[in-house]
Amino acid sequence: MVRRRFSFGLVSRLSSPIYGRSPCSGGIWTPCLGQKRSFMTAKDLVESEEPEKKVTNRINMFSAINQALHTVLDSDPKSYVFGEDVGFGGVFRCTTALRDKFGRHRVFNTPLCEQAIVGFGIGLASMGNRAIAEIQFADYIFPALDQIVNEAAKYRYRSGNLFNCGGLTVRAPYGAVGHGGHYHSQSPEAFFCHVPGIKVVIPRSPSQAKGLLLASIRDPNPVVFFEPKWLYRLAVEEVPVDDYTLPLSSAEVMRKGSDITLVGWGAQLAIMEEACDEVSKLGISCELIDLRTLIPWDKELVEDSVNKTGRLLVSHEAPVTGGFGAEIAASITNSCFLRLQAPVSRVCGLDTPFPLVFEPFYMPTKNKELQTLGL
Amino acid sequence: MNGSKSMLKLAAAALSKGLQESPLKSGLAEKGNFCRTVFLTRRYSAECSGKETNPTSKKSDSGEIDVEIPVKFDLHLLESGPSQVTTTNKEELMKIYTDMQIIRRAEIAADMLFKSQMIRGFCHLYDGQEAVSVGLERALSYDDNVITAYRDHGIFLGRGGTVFELFSELMGKRTGCALGKGGSMHLYHREHNFWGGWGIVGTTPPLGAGLAFGQKYEKKPNVTAAIYGDGAGNQGQLFEAQNLAALWNLPLILVIENNHFGMGTAEWRSSKKTTHYDRVSYIPGIKTDGMDVFAVGEAFKLCKEHCLSGKGPITLEADTYRYHGHSMSDPGSTYRSRQEIQGMRQERDPIERVRKIILKEELATNEELKDLDKQIRHEVDEASAKAREAEFPGEEELFANIYKADSGLIVTGCDRKHSKVQMS
Repeated sequence: MVRRRFSFGLVSRLSSPIYGRSPCSGGIWTPCLGQKRSFMTAKDLVESEEPEKKVTNRINMFSAINQALHTVLDSDPKSYVFGEDVGFGGVFRCTTALRDKFGRHRVFNTPLCEQAIVGFGIGLASMGNRAIAEIQFADYIFPALDQIVNEAAKYRYRSGNLFNCGGLTVRAPYGAVGHGGHYHSQSPEAFFCHVPGIKVVIPRSPSQAKGLLLASIRDPNPVVFFEPKWLYRLAVEEVPVDDYTLPLSSAEVMRKGSDITLVGWGAQLAIMEEACDEVSKLGISCELIDLRTLIPWDKELVEDSVNKTGRLLVSHEAPVTGGFGAEIAASITNSCFLRLQAPVSRVCGLDTPFPLVFEPFYMPTKNKELQTLGL
Repeated sequence: MNGSKSMLKLAAAALSKGLQESPLKSGLAEKGNFCRTVFLTRRYSAECSGKETNPTSKKSDSGEIDVEIPVKFDLHLLESGPSQVTTTNKEELMKIYTDMQIIRRAEIAADMLFKSQMIRGFCHLYDGQEAVSVGLERALSYDDNVITAYRDHGIFLGRGGTVFELFSELMGKRTGCALGKGGSMHLYHREHNFWGGWGIVGTTPPLGAGLAFGQKYEKKPNVTAAIYGDGAGNQGQLFEAQNLAALWNLPLILVIENNHFGMGTAEWRSSKKTTHYDRVSYIPGIKTDGMDVFAVGEAFKLCKEHCLSGKGPITLEADTYRYHGHSMSDPGSTYRSRQEIQGMRQERDPIERVRKIILKEELATNEELKDLDKQIRHEVDEASAKAREAEFPGEEELFANIYKADSGLIVTGCDRKHSKVQMS
C-alpha cells in the first residue's frame, strides 16, 4: 500500500481495493487498466495494485466519515472542520470527538449563515488551508450557491492560476430519509453539476465514503461532497482502518453484466441492486455502475459499458427533468447512438417539490425500476 | 455557579446582590455546566423583585382593570415607549386566558400525537411562547399581515385557525389548512392574512418586506409583522431586508421571538451581540418581556402606530422561552438545565400570570377556571379525534398546484415518468 504525504501538487493514488460483500458495497473492485481520461484535470493514470488483506472494522457511514475527518486533521496541521453544530459531533455525528482531539481552533461552530460559511471557507482555502465546511442539510445549501458557483468555481480560472481555493470541501447530507419532507430530503446535485470548476462526489457506502472523502479533501480543486443521509446509520460495512483514497472521476462497476447498463449514485444504488437481483432471476444480466464523481464524470467507462450492452438506464432521487441523468442520457446517446438498442431510460423522482405525505409516490422505487426494465 | 441550586435561592441571592452582571462576561459555558442559562430567570427575579410572580392590577369601578407591566421596555432610537400600565376588562382577560390555554393544550396534544406516530416528519412546539401570539392579536387585526417561520402552530391558532384544521394538517389529512400538503411547518390562513409557515431560517424578513410594500402601495392602513427567531438573526437576507424596508419606508414590524436558543445553540455562542432590537443603527427597536401578554400587546400597538405614521420599519424583540426542545427529536435538556425550564414555568409562565390576575380580581373562581381548562382540553381532544378519522389527500393532489391552473398537467405511465403541462 502506498502512503504519501499530501500537498496540493500531488494526486492521490489508489491504495487498495475494498474486500468483502455487503448489501451496500456491491462486491469486487474492478481494475480500470489503461483507461484514458478525456477530461479536465492533470491526473495520472490509475495504477492497479496487487490486492492485499486489509485490517477492517465493521462500521456505519457516519463513523467512516468521522474516521476520514480524523485522518485528515491528523495528517495535515492546516486543515479545519467547521459548520453548524459540528463541535459536539454534528446532528449526524459525523464530526464526533474531533473538537476534543484537535481543539476549538481547528474544529469550530459557525453561526447560522450558509452563505458566510462557504465564503469564509473559500477565503480560508485560498490561503493554502484545507477548509472542510459542513452544510447541515443539502436543502440549506442554496444561500451558499452563489459563493460556490460564482466564487469557488471560477477563482482559479479568472485569476489566471494566481489564486485558487482548491482546499475547499463542502460536505452536506442529502437525499430522502423517509420522513424528511420538503426541506430535509432534497437532492440538489444537479445544480452543482452545471458548474465547471468544482467537483461533485457522492459515495454509496461507508468504505466508499471514507476513501472518496479523503480523496476529495486532498484534491486540488473545490469539491462538493454529498452524503446520502439515509445511509448514515443504515449502511454498515467492513471499512479499512488505514488512510486510503479512492480515485475521483472514476466510476466503479459494481456488478458485471451483458444485457443492460444501469448507472446511479448514492443511496439509489441499493434500490437498483435489488432490482438487478430480481431481473437476474429471469435471466437478464445487468451491469451496475456507481458513478461516484458526478462532475467530471467517467464517460469512458459508461460508454464502454453501453457499447457492450446496448442499453442504458439512469436512476436518481432528484426530479427527472434537468436532473443529472439528463446529461448522461444526452451524452451517451451522442456517443453510442448506433449501438443503442433502446432509448436511454431514466427512473427518477417526480417533477414535484419533494412532498410530505406523498414521498412513497415520489421516490424512484424498485418497482418503478422493474417496470422500466420491462417487466 | 451551577444549576443545581433551587430557583428561590438564586432569586434571593440575586436580589441581595442587586442587578446581575452581563452574562457575556462569564466566558464560555463549559460542557455540562448550565450556569450561563440560569441568568435568564435570575435576571428577571432581580429586576422585578417578585412582581413577576405576583402581577399587580387594580380594578376601577367601571369594571376596567389596570394591569401593571413590571418589566421595563428597552428602547432603541425611540423617545418614548409604551405605557407600563395597560387597561383591560373581564371579557378580554377571559378571552386571552382561553386563547393561550387552547394553544397550550393543542401543543401538548401534538406532542402526544407525535410520540404515537400519528404525526410524522417534524413538529416544532410553541408552548411557553403563547403570549407572543396572543399579544400580537391584541394589537393587530386580521387585515394586518403576519408571516412566521416553522414554529407556527401558536401563530396559526392566534390568527383564527381552528384546532381541527391544525391537527388535520399536522397529520397530513385533507381537512388541514393546506390540504395536508404542508404539514407542521407550513400552516396558512388566507382570509385572516396569515401567510405561513416557512421552513428556511431567515426567509421571512425579505418576504415580509414585500408584503409591506404591497400594503403601502395600496395605501392600506395595515402593517406586516414578519416573525423570525434568534437563530435567524445572523442570516444574510435579514440584513438585506432591513435595508430595503428602511430605505423604502415600509410598514414592516420585524418581530424576533427570542427564545435564546437556536436549536441547541445558546445565543451567546452564536452571536456577537445577543440582543436584536438594537442591532440596526437606522431602524428603531423595542424589547419587551415576551412572557407577558400585556407587554407584548402594548409593544405591538406602539409598533403599529409607528409604522402607520409613515416612519418606516421597526424591530420588536420578544424575550420569550420555549418549554419543549427545538423539535420533537430534541429533548431540550441537553443544553439547558431542568432547573431553568422549571424556573421559567414557575416564575414567568404566561398563562399563570393571567390566571393570577383573574383570581386576584375575582373575575372567576378557581373551580370555574378549572372547568374552563377541562372544557378546552375536551375540545382539543375532540378535534384531535376528528382529525384522526379524516382522510388523506387523494392521489390527484400529488400533481395539483405545482403550477397554477394545472388542469393541463397530464401524467402518463404508471411510474409517472412522462408528464407535460399545457400552458393554457
